This record gives sequence, structure tokens and C-alpha cells, in this order.
Amino acid sequence: MKLFNLIRIALKALQRNKLRAFLTMLGIIIGVAAVIAMVAIGQGSKQSIQDQLSSMGSNMITIRPSSNQTVGGGARLDASGLQSLTLDDVKAIQKQATFITEVSPAVQSKGQVINGALNWPTTIQGVSPEYLTIRDWPVKDGISFTQEDVNAADKVCLIGQTVAENLFGTGEDPVGKIIRFNKIPFKIIGVLAEKGENAFGQDQDDIVIAPYTTVQKRILAIPYIQNIYASAIDENSSALATAEITDILRTSHKLKPTDEDDFMVRTQAELINTFSSTSQLLTVLLTAIAGISLVIGGIGIMNIMYVSVTERTKEIGLRMSIGARGIDILFQFLIEAILISITGGIIGVLLGIGASRLVTLFLQWPTLVSESSIMLSFMVCAITGVFFGYYPAQKASRLDPIEALRYE
Amino acid sequence: MSNKIVSIRELKREFRMGAEVVRALKGVTFDVEPGEFVTIMGSSGSGKTTMLNILGCLDKPSDGKYLLDGVDVGSLSRNELAVLRNHKIGFVFQSYNLLARTSALENVELPLLYNSSISSKMRHERAVKALEAVKLAERLDHLPNQLSGGQQQRVAIARALVNEPVMILADEATGNLDTRTSYEIMALFQELNQQQGKTIVFVTHEPDIAAFSSRTITLKDGKVVKDNRNTQVRSAREMLAALPVAADY
Ligand SMILES: Nc1ncnc2c1ncn2[C@@H]1O[C@H](COP(=O)(O)OP(=O)(O)OP(=O)(O)O)[C@@H](O)[C@H]1O
Ligand SMILES: [Mg+2]
Repeated sequence: MKLFNLIRIALKALQRNKLRAFLTMLGIIIGVAAVIAMVAIGQGSKQSIQDQLSSMGSNMITIRPSSNQTVGGGARLDASGLQSLTLDDVKAIQKQATFITEVSPAVQSKGQVINGALNWPTTIQGVSPEYLTIRDWPVKDGISFTQEDVNAADKVCLIGQTVAENLFGTGEDPVGKIIRFNKIPFKIIGVLAEKGENAFGQDQDDIVIAPYTTVQKRILAIPYIQNIYASAIDENSSALATAEITDILRTSHKLKPTDEDDFMVRTQAELINTFSSTSQLLTVLLTAIAGISLVIGGIGIMNIMYVSVTERTKEIGLRMSIGARGIDILFQFLIEAILISITGGIIGVLLGIGASRLVTLFLQWPTLVSESSIMLSFMVCAITGVFFGYYPAQKASRLDPIEALRYE
Repeated sequence: MSNKIVSIRELKREFRMGAEVVRALKGVTFDVEPGEFVTIMGSSGSGKTTMLNILGCLDKPSDGKYLLDGVDVGSLSRNELAVLRNHKIGFVFQSYNLLARTSALENVELPLLYNSSISSKMRHERAVKALEAVKLAERLDHLPNQLSGGQQQRVAIARALVNEPVMILADEATGNLDTRTSYEIMALFQELNQQQGKTIVFVTHEPDIAAFSSRTITLKDGKVVKDNRNTQVRSAREMLAALPVAADY
């Protein structure tokens, strides 16, 4: 029999039992909707973490001091008190590294920033002018400071959006104003563009940026530096750049081959990978749970198809007596099962997309419905239909026509 | 030999029920010529239905030979038998066996759905023609539960005709119907037989139904005990006219 006729027959049979067909579908609908929504949530959070991480500058490399020495009873020193990084390290990297485009030293301090009657607790970041290039962070109003400002330890600064909003009223231009950070006056020469939260939920715009020399001398009174930021020539060479920096710093710190590093090199790419693999795991788990509900839906189909075959034994007998072959009957019931599962799949996909939208709308969670999850759900549905529909259909096709006709 | 519709020789059918063997047919031999209207009679359990199932290729004999329209049925597979049923046989059952919640037209189209050489347009045309032949042209879209027993049986006859089979097989096709409706159905069978030359094999209990056929084979305990040619075939149409209008009540 032609496939088209078989589909027509199967559709007719389903039409005659609409409610039952729908209830059978429900298992599949819920399973597929769950898969689509879960994967969408997983993918969405992965995507947003990646976006946030690359908003920190996707080629960025961070170098921090780390303790390689134990003191006293074996306790390691707290990293923030370490003084292993110096300006010489920055210069060495600048001179020798080939996979690095920009380098900036960094020192930071927390403190209260005051403009007249308004004040705000924030962080001051002392860096070189290259820092903004490394972070890929444009100045919105005004200008950035220069190497001359660094050399002279000028009391100039750039402020982030959050600081600007909290210290200045709307319509007021912060550029050119004087603010005090821990009582030391700074002249605002620029306002940074908005950057939003980073992957850890920190507000990146809650910051004051000034020449590192100024922060070192006038606020912290330290000769060393706390961090070094650098940017690799591109994302792919961050591993090479890391190796290179490690070599340079070990040489400049005069470490013996047996000594541990007294610094740590972190790349943005590593962070992205770490976050991606956790959200990958989450996606796999959620999908597995959703997959189980699909299997349960499939068992529902199998159950109903067995009932249907028994109920329609007489019909099967009649069809055989007027010339249906075993395979015609097999396909009739198989197609019925596949129609149930695929229709359930379509409804489930739509429902899953709708659910994802609602999650984004009401919970503000990012979601991303991927085409591959839709394709996958569809394939799984079709396979579920074939797999769970096959045995009942085979039972139907093997009935003896005479006994089937006599069945009451 | 090859112009015979049915040719059976020493046909046997045994049912094995555990250790016991039920011998439903114990060596039956007869031929059916094209255009014959044969009734098979016999008491309950004599093997009529068993005989008809074999004639209709639903069942295979345990022993003996069966040629249907020149084809040796004994050597065919399950699938080949299905195709043979589809092309050469039309069944009419005592309990109509129409598909519920399916229109008369679609019920009649059913056998053609299993014949892939027939287009959907042809299928529709032939089903309408078959329903016209059983005088149900007005009821194409009626569902079985909207039709009387006699009308349902006529739909079943249309379904048996639609494939243009070489032989129509009926098992107590009037068993569920009252006298008047039975005669109407028999009149229809006679028309199909006499005007269109259809070969019919009709199983019945009732001698007055057998009187409408051209030949009666009587079975007893799985054997042919009588094979009569009916010289005075009665006309169901005339009998019907002779019935008082309110004969039954
Ligand atoms: N599937 C079967 N298994 C076992 N025995 C069977 C089977 N079918 C028929 N028989 C036996 O074969 C014999 C003939 O049965 P069959 O149904 O052909 O009788 P029948 O002439 O049609 O009777 P009735 O007029 O009551 O319909 C009976 O004894 C019956 O019990
Ligand atoms: Mg019988």
C-alpha cells in the first residue's frame, strides 16, 4: 500500500480517538518541552557567561603574585600581602614578550570617594594608559591620561558610570570636576563607557581609574605593584603568551629550576573554558532528566498501542480478509505511533520555546533555543515512535485473520 | 480445467487441539464454474465455514489441492495469499464487519486502498459505482450506525464488489436479517449473478435461501453428501413482491 494511504488511515484512526491520542501525546509533549526549555536555559546561561567574560577583554591575561615560600610552621602568606611583582617585571615583559601587545601594571585600593555632599565607597585602580586598550574599554566623555601623567604621578582620574551616577546629578558634567578619594583630590578628566557586570556579578563600572604611580605613592605608599594585566595578540595565542610570560618572570625573579613560581598567570580563555564546562555538565544533566521523561512518554505510547491493537482486532481481521498484508498492518500501526510521537514532538517544541520565552520574561534568565536541540528532540521523537510502536504493530501484523475476525 | 473458478480435490483440514485432532474437512472435491451461484448447506459444525475460509484464502488446507482461477493456492506465502484475496475474492460476513465511524464510501474504498495500482480518483469512482449497484447512491456519507442492518449488509456487498473479484464468498450473509430484508439481499445477489455474471458461493442454514441459487452443495461431518443442480431457481424479486406489505407485523 502507498505510504500516503497508510498515513491517511492512521490519521483517521487517531481522529476517531482524539482525546486518547492527545493524552498519549502528553507524555511526549512534556518530555520534549522539558528538553527544549532545559537546553535553552543551559545554553542561555553559557552564552551570557561567555559574553560577560569576553566583556572583560577576551585576550586579557592577568598576572598575580603567588606564594612559593612557606614561613614558620608551613603557613603560606596571603597573596594580597605579597610583593613579588615589580615594575621591572612589566618592563621585562614589554621588552621580551612576542605574543603580547600591551602590558599594564596595576595597584588598587578601596576607599570613599567624595564630591561635595555626596560620597560613595568604591575601588581605585592604578594602571598605565595601556590598561584601557587591554580591557577594550573606551572613554565616553573627556580623555584618558597619558604616560606623562604616569611619570609625574598626576592626580587625575577616569570614573566609571556607577561612580558618575552616584556622585553627580543628572545633567551635571563630571569632566573637569575635582573629587576626593580618601581625602586626596583627583581631577576627573574622563568618564568611561558603561561595561555592566562581569561574570562574577561584580559591577565593573563601580571604579575610579588613575595612573598607577599616583595610587602607589599617594594612596598606598608602596613601591611594588599588585597585578600585571597584559593582552595577547589574539585569543588563540593566550597559551603561548602564558608560557612566554612564565619564562620571562622566572628569569627576572631569578628562580632556580626547582623553585615554584612566585606568581600566577591567568588567561580569560581559561576562565571561559571552566565556566563552559560546568554549564556543559548542567546541560547534560538537565537533558538526561528530560530524556527520561521522553522514554516514559514512549512507554505510554506503547501501552496505548497495545490497547489499540487488542481493541481493533476485528478491524485487523477485516483488513486482512480484504487483502491487507502483514506489512500493511504493521505500517498502519507504526505510522499511528509515529504520528502520535511526532505531533507530540511539534507541540512539545512549541511549548518548550514558549516556556523559554516566559523564563526570560519573568525570571530574567537568559535562554537560547538552539536549532540542534529542536532537531535532536524531533529525531528522538521519531525514534521513540518507531521503537515503542514497533512491538504492538508487529503483534497486530502477525494476527491470524480468521481468529481476528472471530474476536469479540 | 483452467476456466474453472474453483477446483478442489480431496481437500482436508484438521485442527490440532493439544493431543486431540478435529477433522473439520475429510476430503472434499468439487468445482465451481464461472457464473455459478452455489450455496453450501449443512448442519452446524459440518465444516461450512472452514470450507469457505479455505476458498477465500484465509486458511490453508492440511491436505489436498485447491486451484483458484487457475492458481495453485497451496504453494503461496502469507503475503501472496493477501494479494490473491485482494484481487480475486470479495467477502460478505454475517456481522457486516464495517469499520465503525467510517462512512459507507470509505468502507467500500477500503479494499482498493490495498491495491497500489489504483489511483485515488479511480478508487472514488469505483466505490461510488459499487454503492450505486447496491442502491445506496444516496447514502455515501452515512456512517454504519446511521444505517439499518440490511443497508449495512449492502455496503458490505458493495465492498466485496468494488475490487471486481472473480468470486464473492458469503457466510450466512442473511443470518442477522429479517425475511423481507433477507429477500432483498438475495435479490441483489441474484442480480449480480444473473446480470453481471458474478460467481457466488453462499453459506446458509436455510433451505429457502438455498432455493435462490443455481446449485446447492450439502456438507455433513466434513464431507459432501449432496451436490444438487437447482433446475427451478426461484426469483427473490418475485418472492419479495409476493410478500404481504406488512408481512412481519
Ligand atoms: N480454529 C479451530 N480450532 C479447532 N477446531 C475448529 C476450529 N475451527 C473450526 N473447528 C471445528 O471444525 C468443525 C467445523 O466447524 P465450522 O465452523 O466449519 O462449522 P460450520 O459448518 O460453519 O458451523 P455453523 O453452521 O455452526 O457455523 C467444528 O467441529 C469446529 O469445532
Ligand atoms: Mg459457520
